[in-house]
Amino acid sequence: MKHDLILAGVGGQGILSIAYVLDNAAINAGLTFKQAEVHGMAQRGGAVQSHLRYSDQTIHSDLIPHGRADTVLSVEPLEVMRYWQHLRPQGWVVTSVTPYVNIPDYPDEAVLLDQLAEFPNLVLVDSGQLAKAAGSQRAQNMVVLGAAAPLLELPERYLVAHIRSLFAAKGERIVEVNTRAFALGQAAGRFFRGLVDAGMDPVPALRVCQKMAPDTIDPDRAAEWAAALAQDRARLDVVLAAEAPWACSEIPTFAR
Amino acid sequence: MPGTFHNRRRNDYNGAERGSDGMDREILLGDEAVGLGAIHAGLSGVYGYPGTPSTEIFEFVERRTAPSGLVHAFWSTNEKVAYEEALGMSWAGRRALVCMKHVGLNVAADAFINSAITGTNGGLVLAVADDPGMHSSQNEQDSRYYAQFALIPCLEPHDQQSCYDMVREAFDLSEELQLPVMVRLVTRIAHSRAPVRTAPARQPNELSPNRDSRRWTLIPSNARVQYRDLTDKEPELLRRSEKSAHNHLDLASTSGVIACGIALNYLRENLDGRDDLSILSIGQYPLPVTKIRELVEHCGEVLILEDGYPMVESTVRGLFGLAGVAVRGRMSGELPRTGELDPDLVRTALGMEPVPTPREAVADLAARPPALCTGCPHVDTFKALNEALSDFENPQVFSDIGCYTLAALPPLEAIHSCVAMGASIGMAAGAAHAGYSPAVAAIGDSTFAHGGITSLLSAVQQSVNLTVLVVDNSTVGMTGAQRSMSTGETLDSVILGAGVSPEHLRVIEPLPRNHDSNVEVIRQELAHDGPSVIIARRACLEAIKKLKRKAS
Repeated sequence: MKHDLILAGVGGQGILSIAYVLDNAAINAGLTFKQAEVHGMAQRGGAVQSHLRYSDQTIHSDLIPHGRADTVLSVEPLEVMRYWQHLRPQGWVVTSVTPYVNIPDYPDEAVLLDQLAEFPNLVLVDSGQLAKAAGSQRAQNMVVLGAAAPLLELPERYLVAHIRSLFAAKGERIVEVNTRAFALGQAAGRFFRGLVDAGMDPVPALRVCQKMAPDTIDPDRAAEWAAALAQDRARLDVVLAAEAPWACSEIPTFAR
Repeated sequence: MPGTFHNRRRNDYNGAERGSDGMDREILLGDEAVGLGAIHAGLSGVYGYPGTPSTEIFEFVERRTAPSGLVHAFWSTNEKVAYEEALGMSWAGRRALVCMKHVGLNVAADAFINSAITGTNGGLVLAVADDPGMHSSQNEQDSRYYAQFALIPCLEPHDQQSCYDMVREAFDLSEELQLPVMVRLVTRIAHSRAPVRTAPARQPNELSPNRDSRRWTLIPSNARVQYRDLTDKEPELLRRSEKSAHNHLDLASTSGVIACGIALNYLRENLDGRDDLSILSIGQYPLPVTKIRELVEHCGEVLILEDGYPMVESTVRGLFGLAGVAVRGRMSGELPRTGELDPDLVRTALGMEPVPTPREAVADLAARPPALCTGCPHVDTFKALNEALSDFENPQVFSDIGCYTLAALPPLEAIHSCVAMGASIGMAAGAAHAGYSPAVAAIGDSTFAHGGITSLLSAVQQSVNLTVLVVDNSTVGMTGAQRSMSTGETLDSVILGAGVSPEHLRVIEPLPRNHDSNVEVIRQELAHDGPSVIIARRACLEAIKKLKRKAS
């Protein structure tokens, strides 16, 4: 096997923490890897990326060539846009939709989301919302890692083990926040895909995910939600207009 | 105390509990593999000055050997000092690693070139990290020329494993040839991680100074002898390159490729089972002339892949080209003349079709350049400087290398030069000599120690009318908060010791609430006809965080 992954984000968002987890999980899985990263000047709030490749065969280039990446995993939506040419045609994009705005010409968020939504193999998660629910805004990187986990071809238990080892020195609370962020990200990502696979468009599917109480998200309910909202803008508006978040198990019934 | 600001990096992969898989394999950056190779080669001292992409070599050795205390590890004031300290360690018979970025070798060049003339005693390895593509540098000079210039061997790893292996080998080579040996890295190896197999460590050398003072005293009568001895070693260096396993020739079709260092990876990435090309991979210099001749005589065309200058290409091509052989590469246009090599450029140069992608790269995407941190003291300093200088028409500020160089970018746009470590003061002095006023230099505390002190001394001796702003954030910020050599009281004493009068050494605290008074201080010193220094003193936020992490 071989998996090529571009990790993207802004300096300080924890790209290298994601890389740490994947590097070590790959080793546990009996694979080898190469992982090129950015140090120095660009780390100061600039666009950063890491090329991460793991395989059971020899890996030559530290850099992923154009058209070869299986996955682009981004902790920030704008940053995805820098790496389209690296993706292979059937590759996947897993990204946070929480913008990191530290430049004056940051694009319009709705336009950006629409551009992302044109790509079919897509997982969108609101990492800001889910990390907050997990206990820390700083855990957004682990939310996105969780959302990507089903695509990464690495056993989940290794990923979780190395999230634990990464944060062990900071104490059990921080470990718990990050493993929870990973779990919430994974559930939300699968729920999002469930909605999309059942026929919803990506942006409405994201909005529904965002209306769920994070702790209640159950990917197995996605098809029922999609069916309940199927082809009906009014029903979607009702769901989105609700003040309180929805419990995922309480699928609304709409009078005919 | 060495390494006051140091701590284990948060994402430290090294050590039994972190990612290590058994005793004989570790996950390492290329830089770290260089450091571990040196430790296992029996190292006694590591020397250097922080500079991307070389910094992690020193930091790894420092971190790894701190518990035993067996390796001297203390950042030097600059690369020249580092090199000289390493040479002294070698003189004493022990093994030394000196590491720096490519432009750092310019600073160390005097000692470096002459250390080939003196020769060495204990193994002396220079690990220099080039930055093709200028990710964090002001040029992309190719250190292989320096090795050629100094007449010493150069090893060029192509992956993390060869970083480790080659550094061990470089120490042996150094002790056998009694010469310093260069290991040349590029950013992409320096900052890429992979598992590395390690071998048992050997013991450091005992103290055994070389008291043959004629070797070390390069007065002309001695130096002529030593220089001849050095040139007498050239055939041996060449012989070793010819038989080196790092220079490997595989002949196949008449289509040839020479791949140096990391370029070999980009070539192999694109081969996809293709075995028609004749390939010479190069990892040891001087160039293996016989192997190159064999390839060239076999091939009608040779593509030369090297990350850096077209050094091999220009050598093979010569002034007039090779009759009957098309030499292709950066000079012929098959590859870009400048910038970092990558697998896609190599693919194009090989004449292969691009791999399809689902979408094209997005043009005119909003760039996200690096920026000063929120709350950074430099922001307050340069806001005050900008206001104080607003009395002048289009004022220009000479500056230097560090985080504060980011003040060149919007929104501050406060500085107007960045050339070489310490250049701000010398250039401001030269502009003042020419009649330019106000001559202002802005420089960091560590950069001042590195390359600014001598320029200030010179300016004070000449009573030049200039104002030097030292932004003292107590650390080497850009490279990850390493220890600064001249901060706080040390900095004050150095400046006064250089002869700046006490009434024209002013200290301000760059905080928003002090803005007006800081502007006033700067205005007063701009008005002073003579040398004055303003220290803007407030600790780097990242350095404070690092200290807190260490304390907890």
